[in-house]
Amino acid sequence: MTDSYRVGALANDKNKLEGWNRPPVIEPDGEGELLEVAMGPHHPSTHGVFRMDIALDGERVIRLKPVFGYLHRNHEKIGEANSYLASMPYTDRLDYICSLTNNWAYALAVEKLAGQAVPERAEYLRVILGELTRVQNHASSIGFLIQEMGASGTPLMYAYREREKILDLFEAITGSRMMCNYMRFGGCRVDATPAWLDAARKVVAGLPGFVDEVDRLLSSNEILMARTQGVGILRPELAINAGVTGPMLRASGVDYDIRKVDHYSIYDRFNFRVPLGDHWDVYDRFMVRMLEMRESIKILEQALREIPGGPIMDPKAKIRGFRPKPGEAYGRIEAPKGELGFYLISDGGPNPYRYRVRPPSLINLTVLEDMALGENVADVVLIFGSVDIVLGEVDR
Amino acid sequence: MLGEGILKGLWETAKNFTGSYVSADRLTTVEYPEQRIAPIEATRDFPFLVFDEENRDGGDPVWEAGLRCVACQICEKECPPKCIYIERSKDKKLDYLGKAQYYPARFDIDISVCMSCQICVEVCPFDAIKMDTEFELSTTDRFGGLLLDREQLAKPNEYYHKIHPAEAAGVDAHLAEEKVKADAKAKAAAEAKLAAEAKAAADAAAKATGEGA
Amino acid sequence: MSATLDQIFVLLQHWLVSFLPAVLQPFVSVLLGVVVIIGLFPALFAFAVWMERKGLGRIQNRLGPNRVGPFGLLQPIADGIKSLTKEDIVPLSADVVVHFLAPLVLVVAVFMGFAVLPMGRNMVLVDMDAGLLFYFAMGASTELSIFMAGWSSRNKYSLLGAMRAVAQMISYEVPLLMSSVAVVMIAGTLSLTKIVAAQNSYSGVFPHWYIFTPWGLAGFLMYVVSSMAETNRSPFDLPEGESELVAGYFTEYSGFKFALFFLGEYLAMFSISGLGTVLFLGGWSAPFSFLTWVPSWIWFFSKLMMSISVFIWIRGTLPRLRQDQLMNFAWKFVLPMTLLNLFVAALWRFLGEGWERWVICSVILLLAYVVLGRTGMREGKFGPRRYRYAE
Repeated sequence: MTDSYRVGALANDKNKLEGWNRPPVIEPDGEGELLEVAMGPHHPSTHGVFRMDIALDGERVIRLKPVFGYLHRNHEKIGEANSYLASMPYTDRLDYICSLTNNWAYALAVEKLAGQAVPERAEYLRVILGELTRVQNHASSIGFLIQEMGASGTPLMYAYREREKILDLFEAITGSRMMCNYMRFGGCRVDATPAWLDAARKVVAGLPGFVDEVDRLLSSNEILMARTQGVGILRPELAINAGVTGPMLRASGVDYDIRKVDHYSIYDRFNFRVPLGDHWDVYDRFMVRMLEMRESIKILEQALREIPGGPIMDPKAKIRGFRPKPGEAYGRIEAPKGELGFYLISDGGPNPYRYRVRPPSLINLTVLEDMALGENVADVVLIFGSVDIVLGEVDR
Repeated sequence: MLGEGILKGLWETAKNFTGSYVSADRLTTVEYPEQRIAPIEATRDFPFLVFDEENRDGGDPVWEAGLRCVACQICEKECPPKCIYIERSKDKKLDYLGKAQYYPARFDIDISVCMSCQICVEVCPFDAIKMDTEFELSTTDRFGGLLLDREQLAKPNEYYHKIHPAEAAGVDAHLAEEKVKADAKAKAAAEAKLAAEAKAAADAAAKATGEGA
Repeated sequence: MSATLDQIFVLLQHWLVSFLPAVLQPFVSVLLGVVVIIGLFPALFAFAVWMERKGLGRIQNRLGPNRVGPFGLLQPIADGIKSLTKEDIVPLSADVVVHFLAPLVLVVAVFMGFAVLPMGRNMVLVDMDAGLLFYFAMGASTELSIFMAGWSSRNKYSLLGAMRAVAQMISYEVPLLMSSVAVVMIAGTLSLTKIVAAQNSYSGVFPHWYIFTPWGLAGFLMYVVSSMAETNRSPFDLPEGESELVAGYFTEYSGFKFALFFLGEYLAMFSISGLGTVLFLGGWSAPFSFLTWVPSWIWFFSKLMMSISVFIWIRGTLPRLRQDQLMNFAWKFVLPMTLLNLFVAALWRFLGEGWERWVICSVILLLAYVVLGRTGMREGKFGPRRYRYAE
């Protein structure tokens, strides 16, 4: 597969649309009964509370039915009942691994709705924090993936060692390690001190060493390659039709990165590349995340070098009594897990009339069955891990 | 060749194993109750109410008299999980500006509901509520023990200075500025009042003389 | 003095027995040995668990257990007390008798293997002529207990785990045996004491251990791989693969029965490492001729603990294989290599002294390794990849 699919190209090409159908239903070998196993909701590797009802023929998966909603917290309805500002801390709880990008997407949507400008320095801070979030999310997702392969947590612990440093940075600027609640409509809440920027530079300087370490530990490991290559193939046609985004989509060979497509914020100013997979399997997803970490580090280096002075809040921005004019807006960013979007309708009141989240985790999860059919039961766990979900975002 | 990647991985873990004995970089564990990490200034967890000690007043307990909170109930309204409960007082008291203000007759925060988002701090126009850094709050009473009342929430301004020095200094400067402005205003008002009174007296006198004439 | 120290346990046993009437002496002397083994190895198990948790912790940049006792040394005792006080839960639909017997069968079968292991000069419980055969017979019966556990639990995860375990252990038993047969061919005996004696000589300061020959090294590596699979250790821990099967065949066990499975697994690890030590690492013989004054049992146990450390190190590094890959690896790589190793061992025997046999044997083995490895990787369709970037 050499040509990369661009979104929209498929609509013109009828031949390519044939692949969008579900894969043929896998037939059992014939003899014996199917073994029905309910994996989860309290299974060691379901990332929280998620259930997969699997029908097995031997160890081969014949059917897979994902069951979720155990962690439903009424996020969208709460968003409609609360003021615009009060929804900001709730977005932290969507994908609790990367709260800053959730903040960013929500702030972007509201800024679009209210026509609010953001000062330059605030944009730089958003990029720095967003890319740090991406690095720590990819590091821990790789750790979880290898953990699910049974490596007794060693890569996960290395990932957490680095994540700890990044979380300390988050705490030093936002006051909280995970529930940051940092961005505001029209800027950021607190300014970064020069000491914080120096600390961030120091952490970023240490990150390539960490990526190299994980690379040496895993990338050429024969067991890992044997386990992941050719497993859980997601065809680009299906990926596009199912609305899969993020590293999953790029591992399926589709060149689609919202940072490049939407040119939101100030991503135009940075020099970075988008890695693509050619084999569409779990190993590609793993490697795309590894390579994206390196690209994120490149963005971080540039942003930390170029960050200008100035205000971090637009003077026209309002914290209290914020009532955007009636209208609607959809703000989206390239979150570490994919396209995270917020759709808001304002009726001019203090709270949104409609508040809708497009969670990348949930939409990437919809192709789980298609990837897992016909695979070994041990690989289901692996494929599930390679989707990289957080149940807080799936169930909302 | 087969086995190459495995050997590389083994080398990496061996390096980490020995490294954990020689370098602090490779052994990040902090043995919590005995060792603690240096506090980070920006840290926040639960809100507390600031009171000024110099503002004491007669027989009242110090904390009650010095509370900056004027029970405006903005934080109660803005709090996303609605964990603040305020009852406004019937009477008024003089605040630090010398203005008569209401005060909270009741101010409860249920920290089992609070999500430490700091929005109450941001919306407070009086710098009366700030974020604490105390995190060892475990209690055996799940409901009552986590419902903090006015007295438990009140903490002196010195404490605020201790946990967030830079931020507190800024707040103090801002408040001093306000006070100067308020004083000037009060002075002007007093002068205006005096002038008005003088004028009224003069008018009355003029009137009297007029009537008398 | 050093000779006394070397034989101290043997002398102690003789001394104790000498108080008894002659009729009872053989019986009691064996009983003493049994008691020592049953006491010593569980103690070693506790230590190994501590070592594993500490070692894994250090590999993962953690401290490991550090609360109970100095350096967390009493942690295994705390674990033991905990498992004893836990409720023993038996599923309602389980086959109660088999469910109860399974952990016992495992521990008993594993303990039997220790009977023939020479743990020092003259320190072997039963010096059997066919010791190796006895050992493998006993080792094979552990599969029974695992299947009993998996079947009787009436749990799908247990059943899958047991199926995997039986398939895996039977497949790896063959290469395990084959790699030992090479040693038997060279040593010319099945008696483990005689195999050690055959290695207990020196040229210069270096010992004549079988691992220092091309066929011995290859055999040892194959032995290590098979023994890891045989004891269900990572990266071959599929039967209890936590992320897939919760805990595999002992999912439905709790409390002390669970601890017995744990004990059985570690004891199997000790005994299989002990056998590997005897076959390839010279058993209780010293690594250098000038160190022969150190008591022989110290050498045996330090080699044992060294192999346990390697087990832990590998566990801390590698992810787990998949069932079909595991089988492919056993039948298409390890087994052909061990078979070839038999041939190489025979060559070694008949080529006589001289440097030629070193070259020939090494070249054959290396070539076979490269070819088999390459074909294996090509068949599995995996290998390093290059990645492109969007323009």
